Amino acid sequence: MGLHTLIDGRIELIRFLAPDGAPCEAAPLPVNDETLLHLYQAMTRTRMFDGKAIALQRTGQLGTFASALGQEAVGVGAAAAMEARDVLVPSYRDHGAQFLRGMTMTECLLYWGGDERGSDFERARGDFPNCVPVATQVPHAVGAAYAFALRKEDRVAVTFIGDGGTANGAFYEALNMAGVWSAPVVIIINNNGWAISTPRALESAAATLAQKGVAAGVACQQVDGNDVVAVYEAARRAIAKARSGEGPTLIEALTYRLGDHTTADDATRYRDPEIVQREWTREPVARLRAYLLGRGLWSKEQESGLLKQCAEEVESAVARYLATAPQSTDAMFDYLYEDAPQSLLAQRDIARRFAPK
Amino acid sequence: MTQLNLVESINAALACEMARDDSVLLLGEDIGANGGVFRATNGLQARFGRARVIDTPLAEGGIAGVAVGMAAMGLRPVAEIQFTGFIYPTMDQMINHASRMRNRTRGRLSCPMVLRSPYGAGIHAPEHHSESPEALFAHMPGLRVVIPSAPARAYGLLLAAMRDPDPVVFLEPTRLYRLFKQDVEDDGESLPLDTCFLCREGRDATIVAWGAMIPEVMRAAEALESAGIDVEVIDVATIKPLDMETILRSVEKTGRCVIVHEAPRAVGVGAEIAAEIAERALYSLQAPVRRVTAYDVVTPLSRLEKQYIPSLERIVGAVRGLMEGT
Repeated sequence: MGLHTLIDGRIELIRFLAPDGAPCEAAPLPVNDETLLHLYQAMTRTRMFDGKAIALQRTGQLGTFASALGQEAVGVGAAAAMEARDVLVPSYRDHGAQFLRGMTMTECLLYWGGDERGSDFERARGDFPNCVPVATQVPHAVGAAYAFALRKEDRVAVTFIGDGGTANGAFYEALNMAGVWSAPVVIIINNNGWAISTPRALESAAATLAQKGVAAGVACQQVDGNDVVAVYEAARRAIAKARSGEGPTLIEALTYRLGDHTTADDATRYRDPEIVQREWTREPVARLRAYLLGRGLWSKEQESGLLKQCAEEVESAVARYLATAPQSTDAMFDYLYEDAPQSLLAQRDIARRFAPK
Repeated sequence: MTQLNLVESINAALACEMARDDSVLLLGEDIGANGGVFRATNGLQARFGRARVIDTPLAEGGIAGVAVGMAAMGLRPVAEIQFTGFIYPTMDQMINHASRMRNRTRGRLSCPMVLRSPYGAGIHAPEHHSESPEALFAHMPGLRVVIPSAPARAYGLLLAAMRDPDPVVFLEPTRLYRLFKQDVEDDGESLPLDTCFLCREGRDATIVAWGAMIPEVMRAAEALESAGIDVEVIDVATIKPLDMETILRSVEKTGRCVIVHEAPRAVGVGAEIAAEIAERALYSLQAPVRRVTAYDVVTPLSRLEKQYIPSLERIVGAVRGLMEGT
C-alpha cells in the first residue's frame, strides 16, 4: 500500500492589476512603461475595430462577425509576448492577437465579409487562418510545434480556444500529444464564460479549466484575462519555457464576453443584465487606463489623440475593404489544388459562362 | 527487380521517400517498434529514428489534426490509420482543414499530407475493420483519393501521393496486402495520379474497377474470354479526381460498361462514373451501364463477407447480361 501525491491541488492564478487598475502588490509591474502603452494602444485599436465591424454588419456591409468586446487583453497580451517567427493558430475571435501579428484590419473585414483573400495575410505569412470548427485548431498548433522541434527551429506555436472548446475531443487529444512530445506550444483558453448560451458551469464540472492540463502532464495555470499585464507575463513565461525545450503550457485566461457570441446571437435571451453590468467594472481597457492615468503615464489629451488615430485607421481599412473588387468565379477553382485537375477546369469554364458580366 | 507483395511495396515506397526527403515523417498507432499491425512500416523506426517514425497516442482525429499542422508548416507527414473503422474521426480534420487549407489561404499555406489506411473486406477481420469509405472522402473538394490494385502500382502511386502538394487519402486494399507478389523496381520512380490504368485491352465491353476488385475482374475477364467475350479492364486508381477521359474512350470503343466496386451501391463512386457516361457517351452505348457492387447494408461479419463482396460469378453474369441484352 502506498499513496502518491500526484498534484498539490492548486492552480496558480496570476494577476497584477486589480479591477480598478490598482497594482495588486507593491512590487513594480514586470513590464516597462513602453510595453504598457503598447498593450493599451493595441487593446484600444481592437475595441474600436470591433465597434465598427458590428456597425458594418448591422448595416448589411459585413457578414456575421464575432466580437472580442471585453476580451481584448487575452489576444493582445499573448500576441505581444510572441516573436514574429512564432506561429499563431487562432480560433475565430482572436483578431486582437492577429492585428499584433500583422493581419490588417482590411484583411479581417474581407474574411468576415466573405472573401477568402482575408486569410491570405500580406504579413504574418506563417500564421494559420481563423478556425471556425471548435477545438480542431489545437492539434494544428501541436503539429506545427512538432515541426519546429524536429527541424530545431527556434519557434513556438501559440493557439487559442474558448471555454466551450475544452469539452471537445480534439482539445484533449491535442493536449495529450503536446504533453507526450513535449511540444513547444502554448495553448490559451479564452474563458469568456459562455459557449454561445451555455454558461461555464454547464460546460465542465472541473473547478478550473486549466486543470485539464494535469491529466495530460502539461503545465497549467490560470491568469486574470482582464489584466493584460498578467496575460502578457504568463504568455511570456510559457513561450520562453517552450522555446527553451521545456515543453507546453496550458493557460486559462479568465475573462468575460461583454458582447453577443456573434452578430447572429442575442445574449439578452440567456444572461442576467446585472451580471453584465458588474462585468463592465472589470473590463481590461478601462483597467489599464486607470493604472496608466494613476501613474501619470497617460492623459486625457493622449487618450483623445489615440481614439482619433484608431478611428482614422479603422475608417481607412473600411474604405479599402469596401473598395476591394470581388474575386472572379475562377477564384473558387484556382486555389483548390496546386494544379487544377481537368475535370475542375471544365467546371471552371461553366462558372465563367454564367458569371455576372 | 524484387518480388514484393503489396504491403512490402508500401514499406519500400515509404523507406525510399524518407531517405530522399527529410521532410517526410510517419505517424500513427503502433507503427514504430511493431512496424504497424500489418507491418507496412516495418523497420522504419530503427532506420529513421523515433522523431520521424512516431508512435502516437491512440487518437485518430488528433493524428490527422497534428498532420495538418505539420503539413502547413512544411513537413510531409504520412499518417497511418490502423483500420478503416477508425478513420471516421479523421474526417473532421480531412474535410474541414486538410482539404481546404490551400483554398482558404489563397495558396499561402497548403497541406501536403497523406492519410494511409488499410481498407476493404475479405480478411475475416473483426467488426469495423472491413469498410470501403472511398466515396465519403471522394465527395470532398480538395482531397485526392488513391487506391492501388497491385504491388508495383502501390509503390509508384504512394511515392506520387507523398510528393503531391495536396492532401491524399491513400486506401490500401487489405485483402491484397499478401495475396500475391509482383516485380517491383525500388528505383524511386512514381506513377502518375489522376490517371486510370488500362489493365487489359478488349473490344466487347469495359469493366471499370479499383482496389481489390481488380484481381477479381481480371479473373472474370479470363473466364469471359474463354466464352468468346473480349473485355477491356480499367483500374481507376485515383478515385478523385476521376480520369473520365480514359473511361469514356474505352466505353466509346466497346459500347458496354460494367462498374465493379466493393463499397455499397447507393451514392457510390460507380454512380458518378455511370452518370458521366450517361451525360457524355450515351449514344456510344449498346446497352445500359451496369453496376456490380456490394449491397447497401452494413459490412457483415466474416461468415457472410464472401456474399457481400462482388463475386466472380456476379461480374461475369453482368457482362454476359450486357452482351445478351438480358
